[in-house]
Amino acid sequence: MKFSIYRYDPEKDSQPRMQDYDIELQPSDRMLLDALVRIKAADDSLSLRRSCREGVCGSDAMNINGKNGLACVTPLAGLKEPVTLRPLPGLPVIRDLIVDMTQFFKQYHSVKPYLVNNEPVPEKERLQTPAERAELDGLYECILCACCSTACPSFWWNPDKFVGPAGLLQAYRFLADTRDQATSERLDNLEDPYRLFRCHSIMNCVDVCPKGLNPTRAIGKIKDLMVKRAV
Amino acid sequence: MAIPVRKFDAVIVGAGGAGMRASLQLAEAGFRVAVLSKVFPTRSHTVAAQGGIGAALGNMGEDSWLWHMYDTVKGSDYLGDQDAIEFLCREAPKVVLELEHYGMPFDRNDNGTVYQRPFGGHSQNFGERPVQRSCCAADRTGHAMLHTLYQRNVRANTQFFVEWMALDLVRDASGQVLGVTAMEMETGEVSILHARAVLFATGGAGRIFSASTNAFINTGDGLGMAARAGIPLEDMEFWQFHPTGVAGAGVLITEGVRGEGGYLLNKNGERFMERYAPTMKDLASRDVVSRAMATEIKEGRGAGPDGDYILLKLDHLGVEVVEKRLPGIREIARKFANVDPVKDPIPVVPTCHYQMGGIPTNYRGEVVVPKDGNPESVVPGFYAAGECACASVHGANRLGTNSLTDLLVFGKASGDTTIRFLRENPGHKDLPRDAADMTLARLARLDSQTNGESVYETGAEMRRIMQAHCGVFRFPDMLVEGVKKIKETAERVKRTMIQDKSKVFNTARVEALELENLIEVAVATLVSAEARKESRGAHDRADFGDTPQHPNGRNDQDWLKHTLWYRQDSRLDYKPVHLKPLTAESFEPKKRTY
Repeated sequence: MKFSIYRYDPEKDSQPRMQDYDIELQPSDRMLLDALVRIKAADDSLSLRRSCREGVCGSDAMNINGKNGLACVTPLAGLKEPVTLRPLPGLPVIRDLIVDMTQFFKQYHSVKPYLVNNEPVPEKERLQTPAERAELDGLYECILCACCSTACPSFWWNPDKFVGPAGLLQAYRFLADTRDQATSERLDNLEDPYRLFRCHSIMNCVDVCPKGLNPTRAIGKIKDLMVKRAV
Repeated sequence: MAIPVRKFDAVIVGAGGAGMRASLQLAEAGFRVAVLSKVFPTRSHTVAAQGGIGAALGNMGEDSWLWHMYDTVKGSDYLGDQDAIEFLCREAPKVVLELEHYGMPFDRNDNGTVYQRPFGGHSQNFGERPVQRSCCAADRTGHAMLHTLYQRNVRANTQFFVEWMALDLVRDASGQVLGVTAMEMETGEVSILHARAVLFATGGAGRIFSASTNAFINTGDGLGMAARAGIPLEDMEFWQFHPTGVAGAGVLITEGVRGEGGYLLNKNGERFMERYAPTMKDLASRDVVSRAMATEIKEGRGAGPDGDYILLKLDHLGVEVVEKRLPGIREIARKFANVDPVKDPIPVVPTCHYQMGGIPTNYRGEVVVPKDGNPESVVPGFYAAGECACASVHGANRLGTNSLTDLLVFGKASGDTTIRFLRENPGHKDLPRDAADMTLARLARLDSQTNGESVYETGAEMRRIMQAHCGVFRFPDMLVEGVKKIKETAERVKRTMIQDKSKVFNTARVEALELENLIEVAVATLVSAEARKESRGAHDRADFGDTPQHPNGRNDQDWLKHTLWYRQDSRLDYKPVHLKPLTAESFEPKKRTY
């Protein structure tokens, strides 16, 4: 199978280049990551992140034939050849398929992604009905792979000012949690021409999310909460 | 050679469930703690845990920590230390409720309490009937727990060193632990992290087997570092083969599937677990279920064109239950097995999953080694928790859900013990002059080696040997041959060569260093397994079968003891099992049936 892979080692390369590989696959190679492991066995200088190989750790996000996805859950069957692999767009490249995710995590941290509840800690669990808990479905499952934010034109233009779909999905995860008491502070934190309102519902995030989540819907709900508290 | 030295109160290696529960204790108490991780914290392998956290909350019916303790002792095939197990089961409800207070999105009952599902080996009233004890967030409990712990650490301002790989333990002449050497992966730069205490939470080494549910990063780094520093590894012959890895792919399918009512079928459509475990059936403990499956396959009742797998049926649960309680399983089955489990059964096989052994600790998380006649002398400044540690709560076989409980209970306890040590021992002791010598020599060897063994090929050879010689069923001649072969492979690992010599994010170098850790674990496993002349828990030897004198092949007279493997000459030693709990009555060893 033929691959064309983005290569860049700042120690050796003055600029990035595309490198072609033609490798023989084994019947057990089902996913793109299997092929990448095979390529790396032949050329150990190819650098990429990977860990769980089942789509839950979020390490091996990359741009696959023009679309962001996780290598470990992208079936080889159906990929057009040569399979063109590039690092996630819009973030600085450290080496090969490895990007610097500092800006991405900075935005995630900026939404205070933790439960805030200042009441005395109860002896038992804080109660939550199954329906209230169901409000968190489609939100808490995010694996922070950055496929969505790095597919978002608004994030490309303003990665320092726009929180981006991944961060906003988590902002809503805590707004939607009946145990959280910081609704007003959370909305204040996002009331800004850039942080929230740079989302123009382009929906690239929804298109690429490997977990099938919908950041655009969550962003819409945050906007609804803003409107509600304004009236 | 001068290399940078950074000073901290404590260094934690590993940012999975145990490491981040421990770091929370230290950071919230105001200590300067550095948490090192090869991967961004939420990518640690805790993220892949599915089924739940075992704790006797009693939300679904009567339950007690004592019943949980009985199940765990019995599940361990009586090799678990009963003081540590009592501690685990008594603390479990507290740490689960704390996690809820941190924001963990647990599933809920109609009355608003945390939902709990049945799980293998967990019972009411000392084995009478299955109990609902597993606190879960759908089938993504590990993911929810790991993210919740990370979030809480963000709140506590914990300092993470992301994509830093610890390389060696630093000890002084007295044996006190004073820090680690570590490499920043992005730059390749090596530093000494000088600390008053070091806590290992580096996870398991399930990547020593070819067929494994484990992530690529599970390379036993903590165990390799400890072994190189002269610390023995405990009970390494005991590896859990999870009954339900996706055939061919190895990806985990939670026992929660059987907890929610799924069951196993052979090729004749027979629910065969009824024959092997009449009371608990598909919810017997994992060693029992894996052996039953392997027996069915061996005796020609496996399913599929080659008769080499078992079917996991859950379509009778209905789409709603699957979507509500097991959505991740449906996703995995579709992606990795090409079946939609609401219609068709999933092909599964027993797959290497969990390391019961590890760095020897007591229930406070202190690393303990034999010294001057004391089998459990504390190594000053050194702590371990989670899968890399052996407290030992899992003994010869771990119960499902007890791994996450272990991370929370012993992550917290080891953090608290570290805090006490830091308060009693102010000030850093001087680093020995040769603190980084071994690390620098290892790196220099790798950088200068221009021909030698391929890391990929040597690693594959190690995994094949482990798979063939040390699997679900173990045979005396195969074990002897396996020891010889794995020692030969260990010699090859000393001559590995990488083409890539770049300093920048050199993952070839990382993989070569990981292999040096894996091979220590592989040798420890085979040598310990060959030496243990009985069957117990997950260690099943063909030459020690069920007899009236030794039920299930277990020989308590000679082998009710923990193995200790030392790297130096692959020497073995043994130490007694703690049969005395902290407050409860002892559970005397008896024949295990489910």
